[in-house]
Amino acid sequence: MLELQDISKYLEDFQIRDVHLRVSQGDYLVILGRSGAGKTLLLEILAGIRKPDKGTIRLEDHDITHQRIQHRDVGLVFQDHAIFPHLTVASNIGYPLRRMGLRNKQMRQRVRELAHTAGLSHLLDRYPATLSGGEIQRTVLARTLARNPRLLLLDEPLTSLDVQYKRELQSLLRRLNHQGQTIIHVTHDYEEALALASRVAVMDQGRIRQQGTVEEVFRNPSSSFIAEFVGMRNFFRGTVERLTGKDHKTIRLERSDVSFFVPAGTEEGDVVVTLPARNIILSRSKPDSSALNNFPGTIKDLIPTRQGFEAIVDIGIPLAVMITRESQTRLQIEPSAEIWISFKANSLDVKPL
Amino acid sequence: MIRYSTARLVFAFLGGLVLLFILAPLAGMFLDTGMPELMETAGDKEVTASIRLTLWTSALATVFFALLSVPFAYLLARREFPLKKLVLGVVDLPVVIPHTAAGIAVLGFISRDTVVGQAASSLGLNLVGHPIGIALAMAFVSIPFLINAARDGFENVPVRLEQAAMNLGATPIRVFFSVSLPLAWRSIVSGMILMFARGMSEFGAVVIVAYHPMVTPVLIYERFGAYGLQYARPVAVLFILVSLAFFILLRMLSRTKHAGTSRYK
Repeated sequence: MLELQDISKYLEDFQIRDVHLRVSQGDYLVILGRSGAGKTLLLEILAGIRKPDKGTIRLEDHDITHQRIQHRDVGLVFQDHAIFPHLTVASNIGYPLRRMGLRNKQMRQRVRELAHTAGLSHLLDRYPATLSGGEIQRTVLARTLARNPRLLLLDEPLTSLDVQYKRELQSLLRRLNHQGQTIIHVTHDYEEALALASRVAVMDQGRIRQQGTVEEVFRNPSSSFIAEFVGMRNFFRGTVERLTGKDHKTIRLERSDVSFFVPAGTEEGDVVVTLPARNIILSRSKPDSSALNNFPGTIKDLIPTRQGFEAIVDIGIPLAVMITRESQTRLQIEPSAEIWISFKANSLDVKPL
Repeated sequence: MIRYSTARLVFAFLGGLVLLFILAPLAGMFLDTGMPELMETAGDKEVTASIRLTLWTSALATVFFALLSVPFAYLLARREFPLKKLVLGVVDLPVVIPHTAAGIAVLGFISRDTVVGQAASSLGLNLVGHPIGIALAMAFVSIPFLINAARDGFENVPVRLEQAAMNLGATPIRVFFSVSLPLAWRSIVSGMILMFARGMSEFGAVVIVAYHPMVTPVLIYERFGAYGLQYARPVAVLFILVSLAFFILLRMLSRTKHAGTSRYK
């Protein structure tokens, strides 16, 4: 659907170089990178705000590299929103509709539909100065969607939102993607990638360092930079359920028979769960401790790191566990060794989807 | 803390002196003019005709040149081009030229032996001594106020909003009318008020282009020259009152909340 070849842009104090990207129809691509990595510049090039010095952009087999900004079928939601302060929510959403040859009645109808989708129906008469950050973000999203863009670009859309608005917007973005909207979303927050992405690209110093599915990039980082940046090997999608007749709740992990205990207060439903490798304890026999989660497993791999080793333990799913050299020697942890792992229910970080 | 307070006192005292310098002559003039004199002057047809002429020629100059200057100000705010600094200098030129010299320049531009003068003659107009000539002289000295205020207004509109509008499919002309102009509107109106005010009060350039018909500043000068301070003062007071009433009205209009549109509810 979208193909970037050799895109380069040289600015006075910054550049992006030789960017190759491929996005298929219906993909949700999250471009991860630290601030200053070149993510926003790349989105601006895609939207036509800036022209690349080199390379080509093809959207559905049309070369759009030099196409004017108005004629690209690419909608961009800016990080600073760029909401029109002199127009109401309704007029902001309706702004792109005037050029689409719709009658006034059709425009009003379309604005109402979009406002309904974005949960803004009660705010149509309001001016931006009276809206919260989340409402502004949803207004600019609805305004961008009014044009039916083939490709939706989001520049750090969740960064300035509080937890509740973040969840609402994540759920809206997921719904849009399930309806077939192709999305490229740039962020510095790997949790957004875990929660939303079907594919991930990691950007650093103006270059794409790795791209692939979430699992490929997070579980097999191609460099120490990416490993350090994404920083999270043990992440899973699953469903939180209450065990019948018991106080505890568990997460049933997707595509496996493994379940973890979670604190009783955890909200039920679909979640992303992460487990920091440093929170897992290895032992030779079943531990007798307060930890609820205890699993037998086999050491699959032992990867030397600066602090010691990263042991990959198979408990039905692969889990990364950090151990020191001293522990590795004392417990005789070698590939194929049978061991036990244990961790507390509250060491899991559970985020609702 | 003590030094800060002392400094503040000194600054306030200096500011008070400046305010006194502005207000004292005006107050003196008002106090020296009795209500009967003022009423008599308000009934003087020559005076009222000159005030009407002053107001409409300045308004005409402001509105006509706003149509030309506002798009130009947008260009100056948004685009870089060769010799831009020189162009900005040209815009400011009328401010530094002595106004009688400006009048001579305008007269040379519109007199009958020039292209402009001949074109006007072919339409049966003699711009010298004509309200249009007066409007041109007023515009010449006051146009920098409008262009600079409008340019500041456009510069304060975030480029991001214009980029967002284009990303939503708007053509550059629609971006100008639907985003840039409404958001810079307050500065543009302020600039227009300044231009209107400056044009109304112009004497030096106008008197050279048209002694007759008489705009009020010329009439005040003439009454002063012919009859002395006593006769010039009520005209001046009346003109100041009318000008103040206009400025207050225009300022109030420009400060009313800009009504946004809501057509797609």
